[in-house]
Amino acid sequence: MGRFGRWLRDHPNFLAKTYAFAERFVKGLAPLLEKIGYDRVERIIKPPEDWAKSLVFGCQMCGQCILHSTGMTCPMTCPKNLRNGPCGGVRLNGHCEVKPEMRCVWVEAFERSEKMTVYSNEMRILQPPVNRELGHRSAWVTMLTEEDQIVSPGWER
Amino acid sequence: MVDTKLEYHSGSRLERVLKAGRFAVTAELNPPDSAEPQEVYDAALVLSQVCDAINATDASGANTHMSSVAICALLTRAGYEPVFQVSCRDRNRIAIQGDILGAAAMGVRNLLCLTGDDTTAGDQPQAKRVFDLDSIHLLRIAKTMRDESKLMSGRDLTSPPRLFLGAASNPFVPPYDWRPRRLAKKVKAGANFIQTQYCFDVDRFEKFMQVVRDMGLDEKVYILVGVGPLRSERAAEFMRTKVPGVVIPDEIVDRLRKSPKEKKRKVGKQICIEIIQQVREIKGIAGVHIMAYKQEELVAEIIEESRLLPRPRQPGAQPDDPLHQRRRWDRGG
Repeated sequence: MGRFGRWLRDHPNFLAKTYAFAERFVKGLAPLLEKIGYDRVERIIKPPEDWAKSLVFGCQMCGQCILHSTGMTCPMTCPKNLRNGPCGGVRLNGHCEVKPEMRCVWVEAFERSEKMTVYSNEMRILQPPVNRELGHRSAWVTMLTEEDQIVSPGWER
Repeated sequence: MVDTKLEYHSGSRLERVLKAGRFAVTAELNPPDSAEPQEVYDAALVLSQVCDAINATDASGANTHMSSVAICALLTRAGYEPVFQVSCRDRNRIAIQGDILGAAAMGVRNLLCLTGDDTTAGDQPQAKRVFDLDSIHLLRIAKTMRDESKLMSGRDLTSPPRLFLGAASNPFVPPYDWRPRRLAKKVKAGANFIQTQYCFDVDRFEKFMQVVRDMGLDEKVYILVGVGPLRSERAAEFMRTKVPGVVIPDEIVDRLRKSPKEKKRKVGKQICIEIIQQVREIKGIAGVHIMAYKQEELVAEIIEESRLLPRPRQPGAQPDDPLHQRRRWDRGG
């Protein structure tokens, strides 16, 4: 990620606000995008989305993005894929149980969420199980089609 | 929000003991590397006389042992009270929901929902890690099966599993400030009781409990503190470096190091008893959970010397029961 990535990492609030803006922007475009057809939109939007989110967040393309609820830190980069982390295996230096050289994703998420002025309360949300059917889909499109809102009984979004 | 302390959820004896306001004792059974049920019964006999429920671990530390669902089935057959541990590491949601139903059908009434140690912690790091769910998902799924009689797919159950739902908590590792909030998440997801990771740092635990009480969580969930004896400073060193999530302060390791070789086990046991006595004084603690890895013979002594006896008896098999007369089941016994 280099210097740019590190700068972003230290400015989670900037990321969160950018996300908030992007979300409003995309939702505003929804009527137009629907006219174009979400299939076609997804073909266009997915490659740049994948590229940018991989570069900045290490995105795994789970297709149901909750970045803004987890301190602008991708929970799918946790080796256990925890959506409600951290697990009990975090090392005393705050590093990952599985990858000792890596800081725990959830330690970072917690720290960053404290620096955020928007969304930081969303860390408390119970995140439902991952819908594996949405893997390798564009999270922007699944957000607009509300496919990412479908949950099993006992869960609410 | 959560009324876990008011109504009965299951036919669980552990639940009854806790709701009666008794200080509960649970203990971990180390599952055998064996296909011989007798080994389970031998371990259970010792434990059952001194504790209220027996935890059957699910491939703990990512090492293969006899499965927890089978151990629970053996234990309920003999009238014991097992806690069925389920880890999300090895099975996906389809298998886990089936196991929960199967275990409940076998008379299991306590379920401990765990994320699980990673595969790299065990002796088969080549294995695929599953983690289709996390512990909080598992709690909510089990709660939905119990309270709404529904599977994740939305399909109805003709008879729901009656379960007392448990989860783990590790207050001893970072991010410390987040740990009580994670506990709150687990309570919200459906936890009725908590068994913590090994507690060797009572000061840290007291700080955690202070926040837990301020959040009112001790009113909603029964907290059992994990404790266990250390055999030697080498065992302590192994546990704190190789077992994920176990924290042992240097003072304790030094105390073991300085004690003469023949006294080390006794000192380890003494430390465990001291910790039990200290945590009993903390407000909001409902019991202890004893994990005596490869030292089960010490469990009874620890419980007795901590003045936690007598326990309400588990109706399980008695020493003169045929279950405890040595025989090989696979030869038609």
